[in-house]
Amino acid sequence: MVSGNSLYGPLDPAPDAGYTDAPPRKGFFTDTSVCIGCKACEVACKEWNAVPMDGLNLLGMSYDNTGGLTANSWRAVHFIEQPVPAGRRTPPFEHTPTGPTGTHDQAVVAAGTVQDTGTEPGVGPAPDVLAAARTITPAGGTSPGSDPQFLGMPGVDLPGRIGDPGNRTDFRWLMMSNVCKHCTHAGCLDVCPTGSLFRTEFGTVVVQEDICNGCGYCIPACPYGVIDQRKDDGRAWKCTLCYDRLGEGQTPACAQACPTQSIQYGDLDELRTRAQERVERLHEVGVPEARLYGHDPDDGVGGDGAFFLLLDEPEVYGLPPDPIVTTRDLPQMYKRMGLAAAAMAAVAVAAFARGTR
Amino acid sequence: MAEAHPVGFQWVMEAKARGAKVIHIDPRFTRTSAVADQYVPTRAGSDIAFLGGVIHYILTNELDFREYVLAYTNAATIISDRYVDAEDLDGLFSGFDPETNSYDPESWQYAGHEHNHTVPQDTAKQRETAMGLQHESHGMPVPGDVQRDETLQHPHCVYQILKRHFARYTPEMVERTTGVSQDAFREVCEAWTENSKRDRTTCLVYSVGWTQHSVGVQYIRAGSIIQLLLGNMGRPGGGIMALRGHASIQGSTDIPTLFNLLPGYLPMPHADDHPTLQKWIDSIRHPGSKGFWANADAYGINLLKAYWGEKATPENDFCYDYLPRMTGDHGTYRTVLDMIDGKIKGYFLLGQNPAVGSAHGRAQRLGMANLDWLVVRDLYEIESANFWKTSPEIETGEIVPEQCRTEVFLMPAASHVEKEGTFTQTQRMLQWREKAVNPPGDARSELWFFYHLGLMIRERLAGSTEPRDRGILDLAWDYPEHGPDREPSAEAVLMEINGYEVATRRPLSSFTEMKTDGTTLGGCWIYTGVYSGGVNQAARRKPGQEQSWVAPEWGWVWPANRRLLYNRASADPDGKPWSEKKAYVWWDEEAGRWTGHDVPDFPVDKAPSYRPPEGASGVEGLAGDDAFIMQGDGKGALFVPVGLVDGPLPTHYEPVESPVRNPLYTQQANPTRKVYDRPENPLHPNPVEGRAQLFPYVFTTSRLTEHHTAGGMSRTLPYLSELQPAMFFEVSPELAAERGLEHMGWGHVVTERAAVEGRVMVTDRITPLRVEGRVIHQVWLPYHWGSSGLTTGDSANDLFGIALDPNVLIQETKAGTCDVRPGRRPTGPALLEFLAELRRRAGTQSVTSTAPGGDGPEPVFDNRAPDETRS
Repeated sequence: MVSGNSLYGPLDPAPDAGYTDAPPRKGFFTDTSVCIGCKACEVACKEWNAVPMDGLNLLGMSYDNTGGLTANSWRAVHFIEQPVPAGRRTPPFEHTPTGPTGTHDQAVVAAGTVQDTGTEPGVGPAPDVLAAARTITPAGGTSPGSDPQFLGMPGVDLPGRIGDPGNRTDFRWLMMSNVCKHCTHAGCLDVCPTGSLFRTEFGTVVVQEDICNGCGYCIPACPYGVIDQRKDDGRAWKCTLCYDRLGEGQTPACAQACPTQSIQYGDLDELRTRAQERVERLHEVGVPEARLYGHDPDDGVGGDGAFFLLLDEPEVYGLPPDPIVTTRDLPQMYKRMGLAAAAMAAVAVAAFARGTR
Repeated sequence: MAEAHPVGFQWVMEAKARGAKVIHIDPRFTRTSAVADQYVPTRAGSDIAFLGGVIHYILTNELDFREYVLAYTNAATIISDRYVDAEDLDGLFSGFDPETNSYDPESWQYAGHEHNHTVPQDTAKQRETAMGLQHESHGMPVPGDVQRDETLQHPHCVYQILKRHFARYTPEMVERTTGVSQDAFREVCEAWTENSKRDRTTCLVYSVGWTQHSVGVQYIRAGSIIQLLLGNMGRPGGGIMALRGHASIQGSTDIPTLFNLLPGYLPMPHADDHPTLQKWIDSIRHPGSKGFWANADAYGINLLKAYWGEKATPENDFCYDYLPRMTGDHGTYRTVLDMIDGKIKGYFLLGQNPAVGSAHGRAQRLGMANLDWLVVRDLYEIESANFWKTSPEIETGEIVPEQCRTEVFLMPAASHVEKEGTFTQTQRMLQWREKAVNPPGDARSELWFFYHLGLMIRERLAGSTEPRDRGILDLAWDYPEHGPDREPSAEAVLMEINGYEVATRRPLSSFTEMKTDGTTLGGCWIYTGVYSGGVNQAARRKPGQEQSWVAPEWGWVWPANRRLLYNRASADPDGKPWSEKKAYVWWDEEAGRWTGHDVPDFPVDKAPSYRPPEGASGVEGLAGDDAFIMQGDGKGALFVPVGLVDGPLPTHYEPVESPVRNPLYTQQANPTRKVYDRPENPLHPNPVEGRAQLFPYVFTTSRLTEHHTAGGMSRTLPYLSELQPAMFFEVSPELAAERGLEHMGWGHVVTERAAVEGRVMVTDRITPLRVEGRVIHQVWLPYHWGSSGLTTGDSANDLFGIALDPNVLIQETKAGTCDVRPGRRPTGPALLEFLAELRRRAGTQSVTSTAPGGDGPEPVFDNRAPDETRS
């Protein structure tokens, strides 16, 4: 076990970074159980931070046309359609003439093709759906496309979890506004060679756009795949937790715009308490699947500054189940490297010593 | 609600957090359904069957709030024995005239008042002029002295009529008609009834799509019957909340943009019926009725005085003759058809995009292409401004840009943050907006535009001796101006709307101060008080935590800053709160006054025990328990003898286009609906047994959170466009399999009016339903797309024909029948041929085109009788 260093384990990052009089650590608690998927957070974020447009891409992943966090999308609302019980007394599709869910066998039938597309039903569509769709021969309007390419419906569940598709009787639609986690131990920051990425006095992690040289080291270092390079300038961009607003005592734009308080901003300690109470409350009222994600200071990144209340496994939302800061083993690696170097040096010295004998 | 009103939905989420149960009934599983405690999928256009089922459930199980129902509704009132219910006439009420497809409502009257002189004799004319709209604040002009049976046993009392009328709306019938399972239906009924009455209230929320049916008014009537039976009206947490389509739609009926209303719901005079001021006033106040409309003379005269100032005198009937007169149907759809016929020269469009947003987009565009001039005031160059070069009719050759005769003036408009003024939201609350920034370039406010347009027209008319010009030349058209652009003062306009004493310019504080002698003026009597004390009450912004939970000091609510209408009903007949938990206003015995958290909606010193003397009328005629003070009899109307064109009770009719026969009656659709038999308006045939269906599927349209109505304010913005970047439509996996549709592939939805293409979204959120033993598939389309903007696509509203509700002339754009096909639709002239072929196969008869613009194939004339299904 690694200990005794600031790259792993619980700690308060701002004092650790050298702030002597740091304010309480700030963060987000995103409660997906009250998210209505309005995407006000995405728009408010882009408006405030002047984030460029991400392109007009109809993705077919339910109502998610953002597709995930990128350099040009610092908040991204995921929509997950699941033919699973949502705890309702009368399932909405009970007694209706529904077949199996559309995401499995039905999708194959719907495609009306036996052509091997190289993808399995349940796997997400090709990245460039519009381009792929253009390959469909425009029909005369009266008959199906003559040579359709099966695009499939997006997979929304863990592989193999739904055993018997059966007739769908219940349904739930999960929505979740994803964002940079502002890790206690931020791999991106640890590997940044220019000091562009830095720890703020609020305990958040921010890229300084005028210092970033576009080396891209931070991108594989992020265990969540959040930070991203902008195609046209090569620099790395991500959520700043509205550092400029925090400095003025204001709430970050996304939290300010959220109509249902799904995105809550505040002192991390208080948010963690609130989140714990919320989970307990949900458990009481019959939502046993409610769970927190990223709240635990003992997890692989020392806890997230932006953590979540989820209604399913993290993988369903595209989140890693057990993220570990990529620099966790760095001290040990250095130690071993040092040992190895010392050993090699010793060998070399020994060789010379023998040679001179 | 979460989908179209996410900001307002925060209060639903808050209620939910405090234990409220949220039920969502919708053909499509939306963002609202995602967080609702129960979601009920239903067939578009079958709502009265559902709500009628709830009424049936309440009445058969005697779950009504009996004390409330007896005291505050007309349940005990006895109806004329000549009344015959739709149950006994196979879907028609007594008094139907098949010649005009309209009713003589004489037999619907209260017993003993069959010759009620306030009953409009000519309901066909009522339909032409959408008279139903006047009842938005009027209430029924029924007599105050009625026969009642407090035991509710009399066979002709409203309660018994209601019971018989809905006797067949059983859970089995609900299931057969709407596709809602009996289990799900019972769960809704139980939740609704258990959460109502003394200690609890339930709120019914609908969005304006609910009104967009050929029986739209009766949908809301059905909802209000339930809310009255359960005692949910006039009480906190109850009511029927109408979510508006966009900001200040309430304001645009209060101070109307409608052809048949003047401010404060005063009716626009009709050329035949209202030749004099006196006749007009009497038609509003209905002598003999109870309540506040008795003072209509003051409201009318103060309005005329606001219009014509010192020129308006008692001697010249306050310039009443300057008011325009209606001669018939001047509604938006009639006007568009008249444009196609070349009867209209010019058209103003303000913040409206009918080329995308109105039913039958092709008719809208062809109409606008046949004008002398068109003025469009908008933030962007919307489709209604550039239809002459971008519309789908260019491709088909129906509109040729070089030959299009319409001269379009696109006037840049100031947005809501670039001008001052008020918004009136659905609670009737006026909220003042300050101007945050100056509008860019030549963009101007509406106020600036009309004020200066008025000045220019008067300059042009100066010296005219034509009598027809007097109305404009004599207008009181003087407002203080400010700034380099000579912006008129919005606050001065608000003060004029509020009303003031002419001699002193002292603002009135209540409409009761309005005089009939011309010494006061006021532009909208229901808004009087918004400027009381010379203070802009609409600009008040006292935070909620610094005042009571009713928050009377935030903005201003008409009438008289009353937050909840008919709140006398929140107390029992003796004036005591129904329960501590639901206390709202009550009678203070010691002080001899009504008091409480809100402004009481009742004469403040009238004791609950007060009974009017024989023959009293007006305000004096209201008894101490007549909670519904704007109604002629002071009672909430379970049964409506006056004011509705299509029947005193809601009854289930199929939409004009439906894949099934009406399971309840031979009468298929609303017999009184407004139709326009014209070549460009073909409607699908009703289902005939055994015949193959060309249009077997139901389709409906609505909004996405990411876009705003016809897209003028969202498809023009990059951050919104990228969130929903292309036209698509939603189908169930079952329908996809049936029609060979693939997720994200192209598909098109087809009616006799249009073929609309988009990406197919195959989703588990849409379910087929079993209706009348058949599987009915539904297709959902967003109606945001059009031919210009950052993201473009076909307009879903092109799919609809024009068929209107008879009461208010609103179009049926939430239920129709269609076919769905994979692949892209035909384009260019091939599209017209494709549609013509469809019409031939559908069996509609072809006649010579009267439509302009073309070389295309001849349109087809629908010459079927308004209701061909009646045997």
